[in-house]
This record gives sequence, C-alpha cells and structure tokens, in this order.
Amino acid sequence: MSKPMSSAARDTKKQVAELGEKYKYGFVTDIEMERAPKGLSEETVRYISAKKDEPDWMLQWRLGAFARWQQMREPTWARVHYQKIDYQNAYYYAAPKNIPKKQSLDEVDPKLLETYSKLGIPLHEQMVLAGVAVDAVFDSVSVATTFKAKLNEAGVIFCPISEAIRDYPELVKKYLGTVVPVTDNFFATLNSAVFSDGTFVYVPKGVRCPMELSTYFRINASETGQFERTLIIADEGSYVSYLEGCTAPKRDENQLHAAVVELVALEGAEIKYSTVQNWYPGDENGLGGIYNFVTKRGDCRGDRSKISWTQVETGSAITWKYPSCILRGDDTVGEFFSIAIANNFQQADTGTKMIHLGKNTRSRIISKGISAGQANNTYRGLVSVHPKATNARNYTQCDSLLIGSKCGAHTVPYIEARNPSARIEHEATTSKIADDQLFYCLQRGIGQEEAVALIVNGFCKEVLQQLPMEFAVEAQKLVGISLEGSVG
Amino acid sequence: MNMLEIKNLHVAVGGKEILKGLTLSIGAGEVHAVMGPNGSGKSTLAYLLAGRAGYEITQGSVTYCGEDLNTLAPEERAAKGLFLAMQYPVEIPGVTTLTFLKTALNAQHRARGEKEFDAMSVLKLVRKKAEALKVSEDMLKRALNVGFSGGEKKRLEILQMALFEPKLAVLDETDSGLDIDALKLVAEGVNALRSPSRAMLVITHYQRLLNYIVPDRIHVLAHGKIVAEGGKELAHELEAKGYEHIAGKAA
Repeated sequence: MSKPMSSAARDTKKQVAELGEKYKYGFVTDIEMERAPKGLSEETVRYISAKKDEPDWMLQWRLGAFARWQQMREPTWARVHYQKIDYQNAYYYAAPKNIPKKQSLDEVDPKLLETYSKLGIPLHEQMVLAGVAVDAVFDSVSVATTFKAKLNEAGVIFCPISEAIRDYPELVKKYLGTVVPVTDNFFATLNSAVFSDGTFVYVPKGVRCPMELSTYFRINASETGQFERTLIIADEGSYVSYLEGCTAPKRDENQLHAAVVELVALEGAEIKYSTVQNWYPGDENGLGGIYNFVTKRGDCRGDRSKISWTQVETGSAITWKYPSCILRGDDTVGEFFSIAIANNFQQADTGTKMIHLGKNTRSRIISKGISAGQANNTYRGLVSVHPKATNARNYTQCDSLLIGSKCGAHTVPYIEARNPSARIEHEATTSKIADDQLFYCLQRGIGQEEAVALIVNGFCKEVLQQLPMEFAVEAQKLVGISLEGSVG
Repeated sequence: MNMLEIKNLHVAVGGKEILKGLTLSIGAGEVHAVMGPNGSGKSTLAYLLAGRAGYEITQGSVTYCGEDLNTLAPEERAAKGLFLAMQYPVEIPGVTTLTFLKTALNAQHRARGEKEFDAMSVLKLVRKKAEALKVSEDMLKRALNVGFSGGEKKRLEILQMALFEPKLAVLDETDSGLDIDALKLVAEGVNALRSPSRAMLVITHYQRLLNYIVPDRIHVLAHGKIVAEGGKELAHELEAKGYEHIAGKAA
C-alpha cells in the first residue's frame, strides 16, 4: 500500500484536501446538450436506441422492458418519503453535442476537462494516479476512455456499454439481464428500457486486472434522469477491482437516478466493487437533491467465487440501494461493507441481500449508519439461506451513530433460514457521539467539526479500510464535509 | 502579572452553585496544589478552566495570561497553552492514538499560525517523548484509550502534556487509580516538565501524589471555597488531621 506517491497523486490528494468545505460540486458546465423529447414513450426508447446505433436485438430488449414497466408500480415499502415523480416531465437522454469518438484527451472539450479539474480530480492526473484507468462518463455518453492499450494487452475489456453492445454483442447478450432480470423491479425495468450508457468490463480467464478500474459519473443536464448500466464479468480465476465515484452539480429540481449494476463472477473469480456516492443531497432546508434508486447485484455463479461490495453513501436526497450477492456456487463468499451518512433532510434506506444457494457459502455484512440533522437512516438487509445451502454462514454487524436529537436510525433485518445447518449472527448497536468525547477533543485543541469528523471516521474505520487507498483519502474527507454543521 | 488569576469565582452546574467565591492565583514557573475532599468542587474548577459546556460563571472572573478566559472557546484555550490532564480520559474507538495526537497537535499549531507536522515528524516527536513515560509503540497504534489500563491512560495524558508543551497544565486527580510504581512514573513525567515558563495546578484528594510532585503552594478547597493555604508542609498536616479539622477551623 505504501508505495511512493507520484507528483500527480500528491496534487490530487492536495486538491481533495482543499475540498474541505461544504458541497463543492455545485457548479454547472455550459456544454451544449442534445436531448430526447421530454417524456417517456416507446418513441423515447426508439430514439435512445437509434442515437446509440444499436442493433435490433438491443432495441427489442428495451421495448420489452418498456412494455413491462408500463404495467409496474413504483415500490412504496422503503422508509423514504418524496413527492410523486412525474415520469412524463423529464428527459431520458442528454448527450454533449458534436462530440465524435475521441482517441485521446487532447480531443476532449476543454470545458469538460475543466469540470474534472473543478472536481479536484483532474483526468490527466487520474491517468497517472496509482495506475487507475478512467472511463469518464459525462451525463450519458462516454467521452474519454483511457489506458485502454494496457488493458488490451492483458485482454481486459473496459469500455462504455454502448460500445460493448456493438463490439462484443455475444458477451453482452450472454450476460446482460441475467443478474438483474428485466422484470426485477420498477426502477431496474425503467433502466432496462432507457439506459443511456455505462460501463462494460470483461476480465478473461486467469487474468488479474493490472489496475483498479475507475469511472467518475456526473449528472449535468438539468432535469435529466441518469440511467447508467454497468456489467462486469470476471471469467474463471480472474480478479478485478472497480471503483465508482459520483458527484453532481447543485440543482433545485429533484433529479432521478436509477442505475443498474450487474456483476458476474465465474468459478474462482473475485470482484471487488467500491463506491463513493456524493450526489447532491439537497440544501439545509431539504430542497432539491438527487433521488437515487439503484439496483446493484452480484452473482457468484461459479464455485469458490467472491464478490465484495464497499460503499460510502454521503449524498442524495433519497437513497434506495441494496447491493446484493447471490451465492450460487459452492464455497462462494459475499461481502458488504457500508457507510451511509444522512444529514439535514436526507433519507437513506440502504442495505444488502445475501442469498445463500450453494453449499458452504459465507457472507459478511458490516454496516455503519450515521444520522445527523433531521435525517433518517435505515439499514434494510436480507440474509436468506435456501434449503440446499448446507453449512451457510453469515455474520452481520449494524452500527448506528446519532448526532443530535432530531434524526433517526432504523435497523430492519430480515433473516430466512431454510437449512438447519445455517449459522447466522446479527449484532446491532446504536450510539450517540458522547459529550465527553467531544469535550476531550476540544480540550486538546481540535475544533468541533474536526472532532466530529475524527470520531465518525473512527466509527467507520472497518469499512474505510476496505477501500483502495486513493479512494479512502477522498472518502474520509467526504465524511467530514457531509457532517459539517451537524453539531452545536 | 500572574499567569492565572481567579477572583471570587462562583460557578453553577445545572443551576446548582458549586464554587462559591474561590480566589487563587498562580505565577509562571510555580506549581500549586488544590486539595479537598469529595464534592468540594475540585473537578468543577478543572472543567471550568478548560471551558466545558454546562459550567457557568455566575460571579467573579478568571484571567489567563491577561485574557478573560470566559470569552475563549475550549479549543482556543488549548491552542493558547491551557492543558487539562483528565481524571477519566475518554475512549475514542477506531481512532488510533497516534492519529489523535497528530490531529490535536496540528490543530493547535494551525490555530497559532505555526507550521503543521506530517505523519512522520509527529511519529518521531512522539517516540522521543514516549520513551520516558514507557508509552509503547503498541499503545500508539491502538485506538485512543480503548482497552488501556488506568496507568496507561494517565501516562498517555502526561505524554500529551509533554507533546503540547502547555503554559498552564491542570492535572485533575492524576493519581487516582494508580499503584505506587505507576504513580512514580507519572510524577517523574510531570516533574520533567516543570519549567520557569510553565505553571501547574495539581488537583488531588490525597497527599500521596504531593510526595512526588512537590508543590510551591497548597490551597485547601472545601464547600466551594479556599479554606486554608500554605506551603508544602500543609499537605502533611492535612494527612494527619483530616479535612474536617482544617475546614472546621476555617469556618
């Protein structure tokens, strides 16, 4: 871990450090947008598919999803409250205009590069930083894909999913929708109909991906839903670590975000998926902010495979998200490490599902929920052991930390054991930042906000440790930033 | 000018008056002890000086280095060199001792407009000071005070005092819960920090600690007031005759 830092890494870290106040990502880049007509209809779906030059099978797949979606109802079981979404009053496709495919960064609109530099994570430096390849998704169309050559050498495919549909149709057909079926749930079905772009990763047999793969997402066009689609396939005996980071510009209208992420781990493969989510959470009065309805699921399809989710959720007005693992193969392992922070009027209903199907399957859930202001934070998790899953084991630890007296923390564990050999442990704690802890820090010269950040980072440590180092630094800063003004 | 000037201090906690007209002053280079029985207001004095929320001055004043202490936030007092070694050091899970020390040291330096340390120089500095106090490398890597023994916690308090180099150090019952070896070690640590530019206020219930940290002056606190004052020999008189005798004589 402690390799010498490149100057780019130092600069990036410095810039991350300078993000030390409030929500810094509240800016809008003025880049001309090409949009689908407002509203959602079969025409919209056809428009999007045509824009992406998709083959007919893809269009049919989308239309099938759309037909299904029209018969579905928005779920209401989560502990979140929001104004009814008018699906006809939004745009479903927006792309920066006049951007043909770029071969190098030099061809990218300088304004776009400026956006990245405002984010404190310039793309040029990202390329150098610890060997991270960045597939930059700007609103809906990928405009820069880097480090492709090196990945090609290893045989790793890392590209926009729209490209994969054209260039690797057999792989996409074989795996798309096999982890999150088209009919899975309201938001996933919507995504299947209108997804604009996203990331595709394929790691061939026995290959250890030579670098961490990273995608930075941005929502930029006003009133445009963001429908990302990610598909990662780790073939037998391979390994890949994928980082996803999100920031969004400040807007008053609520913006819908409904992504779908599918992971497939074949025999002996391992996928590590890390997220730092910092969508705009709305202001101190609860106005605006992103609605984040995400379906993330991994399938440990082959024996001895492993999928590990790590998430740091600090943003969004509404978070509805349950990264899950289907432990289908024997001796498979699923992990979920989560930090969910809700401040002001944010609402988070997040957790995981561990579905034990195979023998000797193991899962571990470590969830840290932090509530401040008037926010509500719910952990909702399912551990399900099916009849054939002999010797399944699960360990769940849910810790909640409350800051102030107007927020709420809720833990809703569902446990289903249908095999008598199952061993399931669940531990839960709820605590408050104690006055004496705060006073101790103050007495040693540490100001209130820094003290809260320090104590909360300590509380989250087990999860932060799971993040790749570059991400961990940013995540620690975010933890501090997102809780500013929560005490005193 | 005295470093600390407390005049006719009345302090209420939760509406109840605990200190009732306390007057005390300490000059640079001096070590004073405040002794008193349980409930006399010793810890209230310590917390009031450090600026803990809920301790309200209802009358009188406290001046520190010429400034009205009441106008300063607790972290400002710390940056200006006021240190309180606590009777019950607090545990902070998940935050390593070293991280905490670095955060605190840099926060103080930043507040004073001084240069901040990187992780490596903090480690070097801490190691240098830790050796004499037998604070092990392992302790520095563990979460702050979590699972520390009573002796370890108190040694860590003194280590922080050595690290922050305060102008005024208040030691609140630093001897409580220590066996004789630990007490000696802590006292040696404190004595090593005696300096012409530093003042100390040692708060204790027992005379025992004062055998090792010999004060220039002793104040006896009872019922929220100083009821007797004297040199180091007063401690022995107290030990022999008890607080009731002294407090009673004053009343």
